[in-house]
Amino acid sequence: MPEIILEVKNLEFSFRTYGGVVKAVRDISFDVRKGELLGIVGESGCGKSVSVQCILRLNPEPPGFFEGGEILYKGKDIVKMSNRELRKIRGVEIGFIFQDPMTSLNPTMRVGKQIEEIFVGRKEVSRAEAKQKALEILELVGINEPERRYRQYPHELSGGMKQRVMIAIALVGQPGIIIADEPTTSLDVTIEAQILDILKELQEKFMTSIILITHDLGVVAKMCDRVLVMYGGKIVEEGPVNAIFYETAHPYTSGLIQSIATLDTSRDEELVPIEGTPPDLFSPPVGCPFAARCEYAMEICGMMMPDRTQVTPEHYSACWLLHEYAPDVELPAVVRTTEAEEITPSPEQVETEERV
Amino acid sequence: MGKYVVKRVGISLLTVLVLVTVVFILVRLMPGDPFSDPKMTPTVKENLNAYYGLDKPLLQQYTTFLGNLMRGDFGYSMKYQNQTVNNLLRQSFPYSLDLGIRALVLSLSLGLVFGIVSARNRGNKIDLFFVVVAVIGTSVPDFIVGAILQYFFAVKWGLFPIAQYKGLAHTILPSIALGFYTMTSVSRIMRASMLEVVQQDYIKTARSKGISNFRITWKHQIRNAIMPVVTVLGPTVASVLTGTFVIESIFAIPGMGKYYVESVQNLDYSMILGQTVFYGIFLVFANMVVDIAYGFVDPRIRIAK
Repeated sequence: MPEIILEVKNLEFSFRTYGGVVKAVRDISFDVRKGELLGIVGESGCGKSVSVQCILRLNPEPPGFFEGGEILYKGKDIVKMSNRELRKIRGVEIGFIFQDPMTSLNPTMRVGKQIEEIFVGRKEVSRAEAKQKALEILELVGINEPERRYRQYPHELSGGMKQRVMIAIALVGQPGIIIADEPTTSLDVTIEAQILDILKELQEKFMTSIILITHDLGVVAKMCDRVLVMYGGKIVEEGPVNAIFYETAHPYTSGLIQSIATLDTSRDEELVPIEGTPPDLFSPPVGCPFAARCEYAMEICGMMMPDRTQVTPEHYSACWLLHEYAPDVELPAVVRTTEAEEITPSPEQVETEERV
Repeated sequence: MGKYVVKRVGISLLTVLVLVTVVFILVRLMPGDPFSDPKMTPTVKENLNAYYGLDKPLLQQYTTFLGNLMRGDFGYSMKYQNQTVNNLLRQSFPYSLDLGIRALVLSLSLGLVFGIVSARNRGNKIDLFFVVVAVIGTSVPDFIVGAILQYFFAVKWGLFPIAQYKGLAHTILPSIALGFYTMTSVSRIMRASMLEVVQQDYIKTARSKGISNFRITWKHQIRNAIMPVVTVLGPTVASVLTGTFVIESIFAIPGMGKYYVESVQNLDYSMILGQTVFYGIFLVFANMVVDIAYGFVDPRIRIAK
């Protein structure tokens, strides 16, 4: 197993609001390994963004605050770091790509400056070197005429171009970990594919670890090595991408997979949405957060949070169905078995696609 | 950018022309005339009318005035004998301008700083203090601020001279009195704008780069937050410069204010016209400079022609 470079342990993060305390991240643990592409999926408001922003302490504090847990990076706990220590990590050791390139670039600063700004105040890199690096990275993320783009303002670039600039900002410091928070949500599909290709390429080239947050299970199937499924501020299932799709062990994951449509879904076929809405995180449920929407829910589910249970060596799920006393339930995991391969490419397909 | 500037200048010239015409008509609509003194005999009156060209048809007077205006000549005052309007303006305007600029510089610099400090201390006592100051500044008119300043700083404590305009010490109280309102409104706008910008996504991007908080505030926050302040700068210049009239009379400053009020009372046609048009041109010009400056601060405006 590759070396673990970042470890999140029992992390709890909440926000104080006028309406009370929102428990956005509730006791999650996971690790990031060298060179892997870790996907985090889940519906809106399940705590994906907040938990990854905790890693760089980007959530506004206050109103946000840590209720507990630690984030270990190179033997140090990020939760306890001073601003000074954080600055040494941000940008150069852990980079961040934001969701919306339209609003994530400073409108009054030239693109080049925004990229090389990473090096401001870091003695190792001179101004000329910083500019050189900015130009190189612009080229690397597929921007033509880097010299010209370097001098332009964000409003002079298209959406896809801006996202490439965002990626350039995250990459220019050559961080070991890149966190991409829905990097393609606001882009159209063709650009999305290009951006994802760039990420994948860079990951393979520099052995960078990437944490990729997405709604899109298709992207997960194509890109990720391992997947975390989050729900109601908790991680409900985690495991290698194939295990998640083919040996689904949590009803929520299975619900997610069943609710995707693809080009191959026939017209008469009904998609199966997950009924109901996510739990209110002002007063999160005591038991499993998904219990209220889960068709397999048992009495225990509303009373106690299930433990993280091992399914196979790398595959974990937090569900009472995995308990030895639980009834045997066959989850429609391998969705409509025959169509499954079309919805989510099997490993063989992924490989062939990449060779092409 | 060049095209934008040319267009702005064109619009400004048109504005001035409309202003001249409207003022010309309004002045003539006022009842009475400059020589309605009962002691004046009809012959003298006729002579005076002929001397100032008031016996000619109105349209001709208008074209003559426009023609002279092109050469920058506002004509003779009808009350101050043998004085040209240009001459009187030359004497008085420097005082008004000086006071206006001092008040403007003072109110803008302090207003911006207070706004930034207020935003950075959101919700605590420092912020509250500035809120109180702002409420006072917006609700108390400048002549009362002026009188209060005179009472405490000149009469009671004798720190500054109470009136006139002869040296640096003389300029301080009137500048504060004049700039107080603008300072508080600028600080409120800046505060609100700073708080809005700090929530923008690009501030988070800046934080993710590991640059210093100082740099984030300076390069990313202030630069973007200052935009709304630049927008209100045009009207602000106008309000500060017109405010000088009141402050001038409280502090006995020999600026334009005194002549302006007198000329309206006396129906001194050429003085009213001359001063209004001069003032108008000045304000239109100030607005134009602000608009062009806006383009320099915000690159997005520069491109949009």
